[in-house]
Amino acid sequence: MTEEVLKHPMTKDLPDDLNNGLRRKLMRWETLLMFFVAIAFFTNTQISPYFLDPWSLSDATFNFTEKAIIALPMALLIIARDIDLSVASTIALASVAMGFANTMGAGPIELAVIGMAVGTIAGFINGWIITKFDIPAIVVTIGTMSLYRGIAYIVLGDDVYRSYPSDFAFFGQGYVWGVLSFEFVLFLVLAVGFGILLHKTTFGRRVYAIGNNPTAALFSGINVKRHRLFLFTLVGLFAGLAAVLLTSRIGSTRPSIATGWELEVITMVVLGGVNILGGAGSIFGVFIAVFLMGLVTFGMGLMNVPGIVMSIFTGLLLILVIGTPIIWRRIWAARKMHSNSRN
Amino acid sequence: MKFKKSLMAAAIFAMGMASVSAQAADPVRVGLVVKSLGNGFFEAARDGAMEAAKEIGNAEVIYTGPTSTTAEGQIESINALMSQRVDAIAVSANDPDALAPILKRAMDRGIKVISWDSGVADDARIVHLNPSSNALIGAMCIKLAADVAGDGGGDIAILSATPTSTNQNIWIDEMKKVLPDYSQLKLVDTVYGDDLADKSYRETVALLKKHPDLKVIVAPTSVGIVAAAQAVEDQGKVGKVFVTGLGLPSELAGHVDAGSVKSFAIWNPIDLGYSAMMIAYQLTQDDEHMMIKAGRMGTISFDKDGNGAMSDPFIYDASNVHKFADIF
Repeated sequence: MTEEVLKHPMTKDLPDDLNNGLRRKLMRWETLLMFFVAIAFFTNTQISPYFLDPWSLSDATFNFTEKAIIALPMALLIIARDIDLSVASTIALASVAMGFANTMGAGPIELAVIGMAVGTIAGFINGWIITKFDIPAIVVTIGTMSLYRGIAYIVLGDDVYRSYPSDFAFFGQGYVWGVLSFEFVLFLVLAVGFGILLHKTTFGRRVYAIGNNPTAALFSGINVKRHRLFLFTLVGLFAGLAAVLLTSRIGSTRPSIATGWELEVITMVVLGGVNILGGAGSIFGVFIAVFLMGLVTFGMGLMNVPGIVMSIFTGLLLILVIGTPIIWRRIWAARKMHSNSRN
Repeated sequence: MKFKKSLMAAAIFAMGMASVSAQAADPVRVGLVVKSLGNGFFEAARDGAMEAAKEIGNAEVIYTGPTSTTAEGQIESINALMSQRVDAIAVSANDPDALAPILKRAMDRGIKVISWDSGVADDARIVHLNPSSNALIGAMCIKLAADVAGDGGGDIAILSATPTSTNQNIWIDEMKKVLPDYSQLKLVDTVYGDDLADKSYRETVALLKKHPDLKVIVAPTSVGIVAAAQAVEDQGKVGKVFVTGLGLPSELAGHVDAGSVKSFAIWNPIDLGYSAMMIAYQLTQDDEHMMIKAGRMGTISFDKDGNGAMSDPFIYDASNVHKFADIF
């Protein structure tokens, strides 16, 4: 990569970041995550005889796939210095829309299209308000978080939408090949797609540029507002997609669907090494973080660790994984200073 | 059947040969999935299930559930239980529909699934254990009212939740059905507190003003009964008007001490957990699912849709309310 840049200094393959060696740091981050994944995997094989069963592993992927699918565009959004807290409510809204469409007799494909369309619209509204009126994303999306779920509650109340067509179950319960579920394969394909989008395209470069310095990006001729609007809409689309998968998996819609998912999605992104302040991160990191969280929660599930302890553990994992390199760097710097002062 | 058993024995023997650590007779493992952890009611149910497991001997309870009452969290818990290849799952569902696909999948893999306390869709479980039945609840409320009113009887009133609450209306209908058996009781009014503490309180105060001869207020709602007891105390009617109905021991212990509540009813979570465990175990032993023996709770019968009622609601009074107040 570095050599390539040196050979062709004016190509699109610029480094992800202009801070010195951040790219290398990121590599270290992913290595660290891989290391944690290996530990989690090894521990799971030791503690439970049921862990290494293809069906068990396949079942376990259902617990995180939908969240992971939203984490992909969310990573881009956070790299561009924005955030969307309304994704879980968007799922509720899209799911309610699908439920309503189902009562009007929509087929499986139409339902999926409607779910994604509603998600896209919800995301577009977020982006439009944020870019048009220049209000911080966190404020607007906290607002729409209540708004979208509120609409879902108004439409559905204590009621429930069910009896989706049996073909519709394929999206969330179907298998493509052997133990590989449709959801999971979709996630793998999308992860590759997002990896290419962020790391190999001009668009991806611009996302980093906006995240590092929006003003500089603007003066470099990037239409920052349009890019941000696009990213919010993209997150909305994928929240809609997650709504399709989740609704299909549980075969029913209640307005409380996916409560609290926004934080789990953002945890995945941050654990994946995406800088919460924007400007840095990689899809590969998020990809590994998804598996790390999946493995850890699945392992604890096999040991019947109570959910409360599990969330404590997930919190600790987040602090540990993010804190380790920072502390390591401190120690490193202190050592360096120490040896320098001796010279 | 005999052939099946000997086949199983052979399989177990083979497994024992293959792995030194495998035990001769694996215990029957039952996953007890609750609405949320850290809830006294469900912890009491777990204790009941443990008691049942001890009585059975060769059985084990896996107590699990999500941190908050979400269907998604319960699905994760059930996934984990399926991975461990438990023999049975007994679930108190956060959502009757959302859990159906995963429970059906569990049944496809040979796991016996029952629901208890809060049910799931009919085709996603073998049986559902209700803590009690509507008829038993209605009859119990009136019986408690008659007990506290004494031989002289008197006027009674009902404080309900909302006029549209399905449960409440069914229970009130059941109460009206048994009322003719108690000629000394006269139902004078039914008011609605919407399950809001302040509205229930105000409705009770109005009730006391409107009916000076009122003897008993029946509140089949845990919010209403507390508010009514408080109102009776604040209006200085303790000893003249008694409150009864359905409520939680922890919320009513103080009112039992104050004298506004003499006795009230609610299901006993220990018995409920015990019965759920017994039923789940029995289902792993044979296919009988109409009449299931549940240890000390006797035989529980299930209708053609698989619904069964455990027992009469359990009566709480000054003698036991403090013991249960620590539980739920």
